[in-house]
Amino acid sequence: MTGFWATVSALVWKDIRAELRTKDVVISVLTFALLSLVIFNFALRPSPQVIPIVAPGVLWVAFTFAGVLGLTRTFVLEKDRGNLEGLLLTPTSREAIYVGKMLGSLVFMLVAEVVVLPLFAVLFNLSPFRPGLLLVMLLTTIGFTAVGTLFSAIAINTRSREIMLPMLLLPLVVPVIIAAVVASGTALEGGSWSEMAKWLQLIAVFDVLALVFSAFAFEQVLQE
Amino acid sequence: MSTNTMVRNGLLVLSGAMMLLSLYLIFRWVPTEKNLGVSQRIFYFHVPLAWAGFLAFFFVMVGSVGYLWKRTDGWDHMAYSAVEIGVLFTTLMLITGILWAKPVWEVWWTWDPRLTTSLILWLIYVAYLMLRAYSPRGEQGARYAAVLGIAGFFDVPIVYLSIHWWRTVHPEAVVGPAATSNLYSAMFITLMISVVTFTLLFICLLLERLSLRRSEHELEAARDLVETLR
Repeated sequence: MTGFWATVSALVWKDIRAELRTKDVVISVLTFALLSLVIFNFALRPSPQVIPIVAPGVLWVAFTFAGVLGLTRTFVLEKDRGNLEGLLLTPTSREAIYVGKMLGSLVFMLVAEVVVLPLFAVLFNLSPFRPGLLLVMLLTTIGFTAVGTLFSAIAINTRSREIMLPMLLLPLVVPVIIAAVVASGTALEGGSWSEMAKWLQLIAVFDVLALVFSAFAFEQVLQE
Repeated sequence: MSTNTMVRNGLLVLSGAMMLLSLYLIFRWVPTEKNLGVSQRIFYFHVPLAWAGFLAFFFVMVGSVGYLWKRTDGWDHMAYSAVEIGVLFTTLMLITGILWAKPVWEVWWTWDPRLTTSLILWLIYVAYLMLRAYSPRGEQGARYAAVLGIAGFFDVPIVYLSIHWWRTVHPEAVVGPAATSNLYSAMFITLMISVVTFTLLFICLLLERLSLRRSEHELEAARDLVETLR
């Protein structure tokens, strides 16, 4: 088991170091999320009364689409330089590769989200620093990247990979998006934990199922 | 004529006869529903289409699990063929639903759990067909599709639950499953015969498609062989 986590942390570190040099994923996810917030403002022209109703939806559309953009990049570097073949030749389990890649994407997405959140608060005149909202963001991003990493590995080997990933991923993550929007709305209005409990449980159950299924399925995907 | 062809032809004749019987029952025999009027007759197509579509996606899941487990082409052929027919049936189910909603609910669409889940279900299997089209040919593409075939099937109950919670207030079955419980017996008989008919049609189409896919597969293998010999 220690070997497993040593491999995982080596993989995550590799991705973080590569990311620190290029800053590709975090910058593109962040900029895209910010741009969507601005475009939504034009599209919806929310008045102060409407903001509490539309804000959680706007936030999650921005995170979702920006997240898809980031996840598309997950395996691009691995694939383009033939790194994936190298990884597969080493005596590491496929589960370790999956968990490593998933944790890397999770870190990048969470970093981008944490930067976007205060900007969102300023642009929509909200005070978003509520523990409930942060928990929703963490749990939802886990489920999203758990499924996203699996389908990113599939999409990378198809033609027109940029369109394939959202086509595969978005219908499957509908439950967590719904739960995230409702729970974020409750959190932004200062609702209690008990009001959010049902939705947090749904996201947590989805996370567990997504992680278990994806770890198994990843092995099937990566066989050459 | 091989047994396979005989079975297929027999099924074709049988489902054709049953279709004629269903059409007679639906348009001539069954009485018009009092409150909903003549538009309710689309119900005898809508429900069987939904049933046959879901049955097809169950076959997809079984075929996908079978393929990942046994790695024989037969399982993959079944899953791929069932998706094509399932998408056809669910498309028709959505269209008949939309056509029926307008006169009865006075809207084309409501974001009710059953409608929304059907739409997501449809999108998942349309994505499956796209994935097949864009994947590399052969074993690799089949594995990718099988992963989606399993994930999609087990995701649908969670989708339904989340939408159900999200839309706690929805126009509870003016028509539909809640109404079937007190269906007048002639209506029940018509519905059941129509369900049997569409199930037969599904099996008939699945066997045809499977046989065609096997031929396609053989042709591909032959073409690859010619390419390597050249």
